[in-house]
Formats: sequence, structure tokens, C-alpha cells
Amino acid sequence: MYDFKRVSLFCGHYGSGKTNLAVNYAKALRAAGREAALADIDIVNPYFRSKDSEAELRSLGIDVISLPFANTSVDLPSLPSEVYGLVQRRDRFAVLDIGGDDRGALALGRFAPYIAEENDYDMFFVVNFYRPLTRTAAAALDVLREIEAATPLRFTSIINNSNLGEETAPADIEKTFPEAQTLRRLTGLPVAFTSVCETLRGRVTGENLFYISLQKKPF
Amino acid sequence: MSEKVLMKGNEAIAEAAIRAGCRHYFGYPITPQTELAAYMSKRMPKIGGVFLQAESEIAAINMVYGVAGTGKRVMTSSSSPGVSLKQEGISYIAGSDLPALIVNVQRGGPGLGGIQPSQSDYFQATKGGGHGDYHLIVLTPASVQEMADLTGLAFDLADKYRMPAMLLADGTTGQMMEPVALPEEAPVLIDKPWAVTGTGMARRHNIINSLYLQPDELEKMNFARFERYAEVEKNEVRYESFLTEDADIVIVAFGIAARVSKNAVVAARKEGIKAGLIRPITVWPFPKQALSDLANTAKGFISVELSMGQMIEDVRLSIHDRKPVRLCNRAGGMIPSPDEVLAAIRKMQEEV
Repeated sequence: MYDFKRVSLFCGHYGSGKTNLAVNYAKALRAAGREAALADIDIVNPYFRSKDSEAELRSLGIDVISLPFANTSVDLPSLPSEVYGLVQRRDRFAVLDIGGDDRGALALGRFAPYIAEENDYDMFFVVNFYRPLTRTAAAALDVLREIEAATPLRFTSIINNSNLGEETAPADIEKTFPEAQTLRRLTGLPVAFTSVCETLRGRVTGENLFYISLQKKPF
Repeated sequence: MSEKVLMKGNEAIAEAAIRAGCRHYFGYPITPQTELAAYMSKRMPKIGGVFLQAESEIAAINMVYGVAGTGKRVMTSSSSPGVSLKQEGISYIAGSDLPALIVNVQRGGPGLGGIQPSQSDYFQATKGGGHGDYHLIVLTPASVQEMADLTGLAFDLADKYRMPAMLLADGTTGQMMEPVALPEEAPVLIDKPWAVTGTGMARRHNIINSLYLQPDELEKMNFARFERYAEVEKNEVRYESFLTEDADIVIVAFGIAARVSKNAVVAARKEGIKAGLIRPITVWPFPKQALSDLANTAKGFISVELSMGQMIEDVRLSIHDRKPVRLCNRAGGMIPSPDEVLAAIRKMQEEV
């Protein structure tokens, strides 16, 4: 199994799939027998939140820390104080869902010194090469550098989350492997995982595949 | 068509607008349409376009008015409270016979309301909104692909008929992500001899104005404008018809409500209920004739809306109340579930 770090940070371009990956990663931690909590500190987009998965996560024994006004229609970017406890107490695994782009990563600033001091963290750069502003490794690198400029922490690895939503075919994922490798060369960061929707299990050929489930839409 | 990408509805509008030749965007941030402005702020500087975050929605729409007078493709976007602020400017643009695109990614109201999806700006979009006699061409996308496709169409129709067009979306279609094949960049070919582009001392100067102090002159402008509107009503009605040919119960729904309704229609058919769906793609002009024709065979209609019932008035007018019309609605940012719509279909099946 993957060598889980005490703190896992999910950053990337907005719409790259950070929230869904963070939810699935927290579930994987729990499935591996770790005490885990998921903190949503996405101050950029108030629309899709890890809080949407709160009931499911809690039923699995995963604690969920959300913004005080999440899912209330109040668009107020304040951070929950419990995140300090999660970062500082070091008594359980922490998964942090960070907002998109450099603006989202700004929210990490106040917690960054504690995370850096403990130095037991993964900071994942989540990339979907089917997103229009990160179609290439070079374009993704621009976003990655912008995010790093907004936080004192450095990325530790890449998660290739390339997909076309419900229409994703196995070949769509496999086609992005060369781009992910280019990004690896450009950054010197390893590709930790390629995410694959559970419904495509066994149909994608590649290394370090991480199977994820998606929330179902009623339309 | 190019290879598919995964986009938010808001982004798809922005990219499609750029590919339709729009190089001027003026806006002001508001959830749930902010990604549109954010996308423009990243893309426009790279392609020699203008992105400007104005000091207010009112300023933004008047900047649109200015650029529209030069004949350049121009747009603004906002969400419900912000679109209310733009109404005066929209009336001036309509009164000056200028093409422009206004995007409304609707949220719940009235007042500040909420940030969740809604369709309660239907009256504002289709019946005026601002002062005076005028119309907008109002297009209602129901998918991210349509967000892109209808954006290009809106620019084309606005140019063709010299009138503002509106994309009437909602928080869900704006925020959700779906694969989309973006249109190729196409040159804008339409001639705009009325535009204010400098005379070069070779012609009389053009004037962009909505002020006519002589009432007979103003009346003439209004009549001429409405002759153009009649052409739009004749030529530009668009709708999708789903399983309506033998339908006893016809659902009328647009945008996200139509997607939910389609699932309900499929479920009703499995139960042996002959349900169908008319999805207006243009809500002005409204598909009056299609509904009127269906009123000859259908037993009843259900208007499914994310509002307290606004489009239902157009449904009733279209069929001249020849058949019962019921409302199935949620409001305030709530979306009806397919089961709720199915329940409304079952109820009407018992009644008619």
C-alpha cells in the first residue's frame, strides 16, 4: 500500500478534481486502518464541497471539518479553527482539500509553518489534462508554479486525475500518460497515482492506479 | 469539432465566446458565474482582448453598450441580482438596436437570495426587465455542450437582428463539469454599416442613440423594431421534442429542469404512462406553435420550473388554455428530483 504521510494536501487548478480525490483518499486511509480526518479549506468555490460527502465519510468513521458556512448559501471564506488542532496535534492522519489555483492555496498559509516543521506531508498537485487551461504539461507547470508561489510548502508529487467525467473511456486516461511523464521531467516530481473511476476497474493499463468513486447526479 | 475537454459550464461560455470572435468582456464577480470572468481574465490578455472588471454591474453593461456601438462582439455576465442592476443598460442597448450578449447564471431570489440554482428570472429575461418595448433573444442551455454552442449562436443572432441576446443559464449548468467539444474559431463575417468606426471622411457619421424627442419618430422606431422581432419569432424558435408524438402528458421545461424532467419521462414511460417533453431552447421566441399543435392530441401539460411558476404563463397562452396546465416547481435554489416530477406526471394521469 502507499506510504501515507501524516498530512496530505490536495492542490491544483480549480476543477481538477481535488475535492473528489481528497474524499476518496480519506476513504483509502480509513480502509488501511488509519484514523483520519478530512478538512475542507476551499475558500474559492462554495458550490461543490467535500461536505456533500460528509454523511458517507462519518459513517466510515472519518471526521469531516468544513468551513463554518459550507452549504448554507453564505459565501463567506472563513477558515474553521479545528484545522489548527488537526495540523498541530499530530494524533491522526489529516487530508486537506485546498481551493483551486494560487488563490485557493493562500488559505494554506497560516497552517504551513506547522506542516513544514513536522515535515511528514504529501502535497499533491492534482492535474486533469482534459481541463482547458491545463491541456499540456507546460500549461500545468504554470499553474503549479503559481500555487507554489502562494505557499511556503513545496509539492511532493503529482496525481494524474485526467478524465472526461462520465464519458471517460480507458483510452482517454492512457492517452495522458506521456503528458504526465513530461510534467514529471519538468518538475522532478514523481507521479504518485493515476486516478481511475471504479467503473473502469481492470480496463486501464498503467502503474499506480488509484480507484475512485464519483457522486451520482440526479440529472 | 476539436477533441473534447472537461469544462465547467461557465468556462465553456467564456471559451466559446472567444472562439465566436468576442474580444471584449466587462463584468463584475458574483457567485455562481465567477468562473466565467476568471476564465476571461486569464485568456483575454493572451489573445489581445479586453477583460475589465468594472466597478459595478451598471458600469459593466454601459461599457458593453459602448463597445457594441463600434460593432465589435462584446459581452457581460452576472447572476440574478447583478443582472437586475444591468437592466437600464440593456434597455438602452435594445433601444439603440445594438447586438450584445448578456449571460445570466441564475441564482435564487428575490433580493440577495442565495447562491444555489434558480430559474426565477424568466419574466425579467423574456418580458423586458428594463423599461420600454423591447425583447431579448433568450437562449437556455441544458448542458455544458449547449453552453458553448448557444453562446456562438447568441452572438450570430444578435448580429443578424441587431438586438441583444441573453444566455439564461442557472447555477447548476454554470458550475457542473461535462465533456465538451468546443467550436472551431470562426471569423465574424457579418457587415455592420451602422457601426461607429470612424468615417474616414468618406461617409456621413453614424449615431448610436436611443433618444428620440419627436414622438412620431420614436413610434416609427418602435414599429420598425417590432417588425424585426416578428422575423425572429418566425425564424428563430428552437426547442427539443422528446417522446411527444403520442404523449398524453407533455412536460415543458428548460435548462436543468428539463434534464430532471427527461429522466422522469423515461420513468413514466416504463410505467406505461405516455409522457413526453418539450424543452424550449429559446424562451423568447417561445415555441408557441409546437405546444399549440400538441394541445390537439395531449391531455394535459406540466410546467416544471425552478421558480414559483413563470414560464407556465407562456405555456397557457400558447395553448390558449385548451388543456389543463399544472405546475411542478421548487424555488429558492432547490431542484426538483426526477421522483417529484414523476409524481406530478402520475397525478395528472389520474386527473385527465
